Amino acid sequence: MQQIFNFLIRNKNKILFLFLLGLSVFFTIQTHSFHKSSFISSANSFTGGIYSWTSDIENYFHLEEYNERLLEENKQLRNILTNLNDTISVENYTDSSNFEGVYYFRAARVINNNFSKADNYLTINQGEDAGIKPEFGVVTSKGVIGIVDRVNSRFSRVISILHSEARINAQLSKSNHFGSLTWNGKDPNIVQLIDVPRQAPVNRGDTIVTGGKSLIFPEGLPIGSIEDYTMDESQSYYTINVRLFNDMTNIGFIYIIENLDRDNILSLEDVEDDEQ
Amino acid sequence: MGYINPYLYILFVLLYPFNSNQSLFLIFSFLLGLGIDIFEDSGGINAAACVVAAFVRPNLLRFSFGISYDHQNLRLGSTPFGARLTYILLIVGIHHFVLFSLEMFSLNHILLILKKTLYSGIFTVILSTLSLSIFSKKYR
Repeated sequence: MQQIFNFLIRNKNKILFLFLLGLSVFFTIQTHSFHKSSFISSANSFTGGIYSWTSDIENYFHLEEYNERLLEENKQLRNILTNLNDTISVENYTDSSNFEGVYYFRAARVINNNFSKADNYLTINQGEDAGIKPEFGVVTSKGVIGIVDRVNSRFSRVISILHSEARINAQLSKSNHFGSLTWNGKDPNIVQLIDVPRQAPVNRGDTIVTGGKSLIFPEGLPIGSIEDYTMDESQSYYTINVRLFNDMTNIGFIYIIENLDRDNILSLEDVEDDEQ
Repeated sequence: MGYINPYLYILFVLLYPFNSNQSLFLIFSFLLGLGIDIFEDSGGINAAACVVAAFVRPNLLRFSFGISYDHQNLRLGSTPFGARLTYILLIVGIHHFVLFSLEMFSLNHILLILKKTLYSGIFTVILSTLSLSIFSKKYR
């Protein structure tokens, strides 16, 4: 017994080291699996409070740019509005912005944004009190940002599309060939569209939009344009580098999309959807 | 920024009093790393890297400063520049390598891990050497 105590006291630093190392590796592994509650996250009220405080100050320096972005969006919406009045009488009118389901949009502000790590998250200043739930889509006027991951009463955490495990269903705007959007962790403005079949007409500069197979995003939201593309080893699928329309390093205000039909569709299909 | 992110909080591990309690030092390093992880949404990678750096620090001190470390009255500002640089380089290298390995969490990205370690490490070393020389007290 005496020897055991002596051993413990002599090696207390090594034991403490192993214990602390194990604890931090445990936290790391926990964040690598989705949808587990842990308190090490920027969507708790303490860190959320500090982030919203600092971003309040920071926002003043970006006001002009945000205003310009809003003006641009207003201009586009007005153009669509006038065109709608013109085309109401035309039959068989289809538009990619003519969303299939019923979607509800909420506005929020990004208070913390990561883009330099392998797995990136954003924190936004709306939470359960505003009706936000996990698995809602997050977009800006220019394109897709990510998916809500975890919420508390006042803040939410969003998985950015710059996350090694994010999978968003996307397709070519010209044809309906679709694939999954992933990120290889290198350039925060370039993401990869994989598993596009070889018969798809892929051209540099073509637009990539969200696909209709997702319950999170409406079909036809812009994502980016094709930068370049390669064939994979089996010569049957394209891997496409997509340059995002959004500047992921400077986001500001965002919209959160709720699919009001989601529960109905899920209960009908009775299976988990595999897009994320 | 893409590859280059200096982690200046390593200064804590570099500067913590050399002759104080090792267990307390380990715990403080862990808490510092964990605090950064909470804000960065990165699980426990900074905590792990800090704890490893703190644990190997006595060995590195002995390695870079030799006999004067055992006298327990070492001041980082009054050491030769070469020895100080070796000490900073080793600690930053170990810290960053653990940090980025845990962040990537797969051996497929070993090249990316080494690249990030190199680029960020260079910047951390430059910034910590600069801040050490700016904020060091002058002993006359």
